[in-house]
Amino acid sequence: MTVADPGQAFDRASTRAGAAFLDALDHDDPVALFESAPCGFLTTTPDGVIVKTNATFRTWVRREAAELVGVATFTDLLTVGSRMYHETHFAPMLMMQGQVQEVALELVRPDGSRLPVLVNAALARSEDGRPRAIRIAVFDATERRRYERELLDAKERAEASEREARTLARTLQQTLIPPAEPKIPGLDLAAAYHPAGHGAEVGGDFYDVFPVGADDWVVTLGDVCGKGYDAAIVTTLVRHTIRALSVGEPRPSRVLQSLDEVLRHHETDRFCTAALMRLRRDDEGWHVTSGLGGHPPPLLLRAGEDPQPCGGRGPLLGVLDQAAFEDDTFRLGPGDVVLLYTDGVLEGRRGRELFGEDRLVAAVRQAGRQPAALVDGVMTAVLDFQEGTLRDDVAIVAFGVPA
Amino acid sequence: MVFVHGFGCDQHMWRHVTPAFEADHRVVTFDLVGAGGADPEAWDAARYDSLGAYAEDILAVIHGLDLRDVVLVGHSVSAMTGVLAAVAEPDLFSALVLIGPSPRYLDDGAYRGGFSEADIAELLTSLDSNYLGWSTAMAPVIMGNGDRPALGQELTASFCRMDPDVARQFARVTFLTDARDALPAVSTPTLVLQCHQDVIAPVQVGQYVADAIPGARMVLLDATGHCPHLSAPADTIAAIREFLPSAASVPAAT
Repeated sequence: MTVADPGQAFDRASTRAGAAFLDALDHDDPVALFESAPCGFLTTTPDGVIVKTNATFRTWVRREAAELVGVATFTDLLTVGSRMYHETHFAPMLMMQGQVQEVALELVRPDGSRLPVLVNAALARSEDGRPRAIRIAVFDATERRRYERELLDAKERAEASEREARTLARTLQQTLIPPAEPKIPGLDLAAAYHPAGHGAEVGGDFYDVFPVGADDWVVTLGDVCGKGYDAAIVTTLVRHTIRALSVGEPRPSRVLQSLDEVLRHHETDRFCTAALMRLRRDDEGWHVTSGLGGHPPPLLLRAGEDPQPCGGRGPLLGVLDQAAFEDDTFRLGPGDVVLLYTDGVLEGRRGRELFGEDRLVAAVRQAGRQPAALVDGVMTAVLDFQEGTLRDDVAIVAFGVPA
Repeated sequence: MVFVHGFGCDQHMWRHVTPAFEADHRVVTFDLVGAGGADPEAWDAARYDSLGAYAEDILAVIHGLDLRDVVLVGHSVSAMTGVLAAVAEPDLFSALVLIGPSPRYLDDGAYRGGFSEADIAELLTSLDSNYLGWSTAMAPVIMGNGDRPALGQELTASFCRMDPDVARQFARVTFLTDARDALPAVSTPTLVLQCHQDVIAPVQVGQYVADAIPGARMVLLDATGHCPHLSAPADTIAAIREFLPSAASVPAAT
């Protein structure tokens, strides 16, 4: 192989390029360009009657010029759905804006087959502003539309999954609290739960009220750290462990001790706080034994007295090797009420301000001593403070002896 | 005069027509909830699940502005919404002008609305194809180097654009409604403006409306398409003008 002189090669190339330029110029005069352009062209009257078409367009719609010019409108060549879109969007936009771009339509051929296209159109006006003609360029969009259809399907699937996740979160949350508070003879009890944010995620708060024997009940409320399905699994474990342990163990401190061990041996690194109360009925009221594991102390509201913290002592559950728990016992007489709540109450935040204990005590004072009114009053105060959208979920339980 | 736009666009589509009435009428135009510049927060999928809510909105506009002897000009689906409003509170209205009305788009027994359910499904697909790739923030459409002979840029950004979910629901409500029962209850003088070729509301549908509303008149415009107020504004104005003196107690200019 011989290498040509670079100068000669350049000359030859430019000669060839020049010849190609002239040949293409000669071949593709404006008429040939119009007829064989790689897109469909047509011109219509302002009313849409077809005036001119190019060969590409006629090939695409498989019609002769005689079947189109002067006898058909552009909309005649569209599917019904595209025709409706044309009349309600395309035509008004064209009239108002003078042009439309990238509108997706479908052409229909005499045999019923369809061609997805993208359409640009411009309205030509006379000097006095009167509409004279509509120029339309049509691009074959078969592949593109197929891809878009896939994207749309994917979007629809994503939206459906999101709806499903929301429903699942709500359903799961409902398994973490009793469907309805049980009726306990001689005890008024009320409870409420409110999720954080818009409720799309399962929160870690739970509560439970269940009987262990005749006139022997357990009330518990707690908070597993974190949110979502992981946290919900631990919350379920905690709730059922408390139920199982309470059957054979009357002392909340011992139940919490065992729960602590269960959590430490569970593969999760999530910890938990809980308040646990065992209620046994006596003559005119209830005897309460109460244990706490790292949880904000419940409030004991004695008839005619200021609220005071109650509930026992103990650290976070599932963290320490040598955790020790201590019970508190007290009697609940007529008119006395206990209020349990999760930290979402105290840590409710507005800007840099926390809801805090003072607001809680104020809300309690205002709500009175009836459990339902108390739960409602505190929840409303927390929601109002955060303008209806909670940073953290909130659970509240109150019970008391009717006065 | 209260002008109410239909499915697809917004109040700006009245711009070739309303100036002709401003000298002797108080002219009110507005965007339907979900369309044009309406507050997106006002949209409520549960509420706007039938034409009734749109009719209530028309009445709210009329009451809010304390309008009387209203000439209501409704296009397309809003012609029917106007009918519902006029049936609910006939005392507010002195005349109805229905442009391209259809009380029922679907064929139903002997009634020919012009469309089948499959056609409506196809329209929804068409909406989807055209909303795909549109930013939900309604980014201004890029218009290349072409000038905008008719509209300012800010209008271009919103004209004929709707949140895709809103558009789907509005399309469904529009095209699946059956408002035929309301027509005989209209007691307001009514003009039906009909184009001689309209794929959305064919002539026989306009005739059906004119026949069903007691005393209604129909004018067949020398125009094609579904939007004579855009394609033939002069004819549209003339037909409304000619009708108004004959309608009961047309309000004088204030």
